Amino acid sequence: MGDLAGNKSLLFRHKFRIPYRNIKKGNSRAAFGIVFWVSVAWVLLITFCAVFASVLPFADPLKSDLSNTFKPIFETGHILGTDPLGRDMLSRLIHGAQVSLKIAYTAPIISLFLGVSLGLCAGYFQGKVDTVIGIFVDAILAFPNIIAIIAILFFLGPTLLNMILVLGFFGMVADLRVARANTILYSKREFVMAARVQGASNLRIMIKELLPNIIIPVIALAIIGMSRVIVIEGILSFLGVGLPPPNPTWGKMISEGFEEIDYAAHITFVPAVAMFFTILSFNLIGDRLRTLTNARQGQL
Amino acid sequence: MTYFKYRILRLIPVFFLVTFASFALLNILPGDVADAILGGTDVESGDSPEGILEARLEIRKELGLDQPIVVRYFAWLANVMRGDFGESPIQIAPVWELVVERLPVTLELLILSILIALTIAIPAGIYSAVNADKISDRLIGTIAFGIVAMPPFLMAILFVFIFAVTLQFLPASGYIPIEENLFENLRHYILPAATIGLLEVPIFLRVLRVDLIATLQEDYIALAKAKGLSRTYILFNHALRPSSFTLVTVLGLQFGFLISGTVIIEEMFGLPGMGKLILEAIDARDAMLLQGAVTMIALAYVLINLIVDILYGYIDPRVGQSERGRHG
Repeated sequence: MGDLAGNKSLLFRHKFRIPYRNIKKGNSRAAFGIVFWVSVAWVLLITFCAVFASVLPFADPLKSDLSNTFKPIFETGHILGTDPLGRDMLSRLIHGAQVSLKIAYTAPIISLFLGVSLGLCAGYFQGKVDTVIGIFVDAILAFPNIIAIIAILFFLGPTLLNMILVLGFFGMVADLRVARANTILYSKREFVMAARVQGASNLRIMIKELLPNIIIPVIALAIIGMSRVIVIEGILSFLGVGLPPPNPTWGKMISEGFEEIDYAAHITFVPAVAMFFTILSFNLIGDRLRTLTNARQGQL
Repeated sequence: MTYFKYRILRLIPVFFLVTFASFALLNILPGDVADAILGGTDVESGDSPEGILEARLEIRKELGLDQPIVVRYFAWLANVMRGDFGESPIQIAPVWELVVERLPVTLELLILSILIALTIAIPAGIYSAVNADKISDRLIGTIAFGIVAMPPFLMAILFVFIFAVTLQFLPASGYIPIEENLFENLRHYILPAATIGLLEVPIFLRVLRVDLIATLQEDYIALAKAKGLSRTYILFNHALRPSSFTLVTVLGLQFGFLISGTVIIEEMFGLPGMGKLILEAIDARDAMLLQGAVTMIALAYVLINLIVDILYGYIDPRVGQSERGRHG
C-alpha cells in the first residue's frame, strides 16, 4: 500500500471543462454550428438591450399617446408599432425582457443548487436517503406545478423575489434526476474508490470528486430550464398573477394584445415572437451543450 | 411481485406528502377564507373593528380553523377516506359535486389531446426510426424541437389567429355540453385539444424513436429479416411492442404536466373544466375547494402511474422478476 500513497496517477480526475469529444482541434466554431452561435447572439442582444434599457435611446415604455394607438409595424417613429394606449412596442418589449431575463438568470440557479445537492446525496448514499428523496420528487411531480405556483404567488403576493424562489423550487426535479443518475454512474468508478481508500470524507468525495463530473450535464439542463421559467412567467402574467402593473412583461403584453387579436394582431405577435426566439435560443444552447457532453449521443 | 409491492408502497407516502403539503400550504399562507366570506360585508355595514374581529373568530370557529393544523389535516383526511371532501364555504356546495361537475370537461380535453398526440407521434416516430439519421428523420427532429420551444399559450394564440380569426371555421372559445350537440361539442374542442396534443407530440416521438432504433438492432429482428418476413410485418409484430415501454411510462408521467397545461388552455378557450375551477377557487381563497381539487388530481396521478406500472408487467414480462426491476 505504501507505494500507492501519493501516486497522483491513481487520483484520476476529470478536469472541469467541456469534454470536446466531437470537436476537432481549432475547429470548435464549426462543431457548435451556426445555429448555436445565432442563438448565443440573440440571447446576448436581448440581454444587452435589457440591461441598458434606460441608457439606450428608447421611448418611455409607459408614456401613452392616445392619438397614436394601434399603429402597425414599421410605422415611422415606432418600428414595432404601438399598443392600444399608443405606447411604443419596441420600448415595452425591451423593458418586458428585463423581467423575463431577471427570472431566467436566477431561478434555474436556485434549481441547480437544490437539485445538485439533493441528487448528489441520493445518488451517493443510496438506500434510505435515496428512497426519501425519491418520494419527495414523486410528490413534486404529483402536485400540479402551475397550480401550486399560482396558488403560492396569489397568497404571498406576486413580487419578483417570490416568483424567483417559487420557480426555483419547482424547477429542481429535472436537475435532481440527472445529478442523481450521473452520481450513481460515477460513484462506482476507480477514482472515487481511490479517494475513499485514501480516507477522504463523504463530503470531500462528493464535492471534489463527483461534483466536477456531474455538473456539466446539469448546467446544460439549467440553460434549458431558463426557457422553461420564461414560459411560466408568461403563463402567470397571462393569467393575471404575474407582476403588478405598470411594469411591462412579455406575458402581460401578449395577454393585452390577445383581446385585440382580430383587430391588431401585431400587438400579440411582437412579444410572442420575441419570447419564442428567446426560448428557442436557450433550448438550442442547452441542447447543444448537452449533446457535446453526453457520451451516448442521440439518446433522448 | 416484489417490484410492484415496492412501487405501490412508495405511492402511499407520496399521496400523504402531497395532500399534507397542500393542506399545510393553504393554511400557513396569509389570506383567510374568513376574510373572503366577510370581505363584501364589512365595509358597507360600518361595523366597529371589534365587531369584524368577532365575526371573523366566529366564522373561523364554525369552519374549525381554530384547531391545530395536524388535527385538522387528520380530521379532513378521515372525511376524505369516507368520500367526504367537505363543503366549499364560498360556493356553498359539496366539493365533490363541484369537482364531478367539472371533471368530464377536463377528461374529454385530456383524452382528445392524447389521441391527437399519439396519432401524430406513433407514425412519425416509426418513420423517423426506420429512416434514422436520414434527411427526413432530421427534418422531423427539427420540427419537433421547434414545437418543444413553443409555450402552450403561444401555440393557442397561433391556432386562434389562424383558424378562428383568419379562416373563421372554428370557434375561438366556448363550450357546448356533449349531450346537447356532439358535433358542436367536438368543434369547440378541436383547437384546445390540438394545442395540448401537438405539444405532447415531440416527447412521445423522441421516446418511441430512440427505443425503436435500439430494438431494430436486436438479434431477433435480424433473424426475422433472415426468415424473409416483410419489413412492415417485422415492424408492427416484432418491434413495436418491445419499443413502447418508455412511451407508456412517459404517458403516465405526462399526466401531471397535462393537468398543469389544461389550466391555461381551459382559461384561454373558455372551457369550464378542473383548471378553471381551480383558478376560481384560488381567486376566492376557497381553501377547501382547492384542497379537494388538488387531492383528486394527486390521487389520479398516483393511480395512473400505478396502472402504468401494472401495464408494464403485461407488455414486458421481464419486469417484476428481479427484485426492483430494471426501472426501480
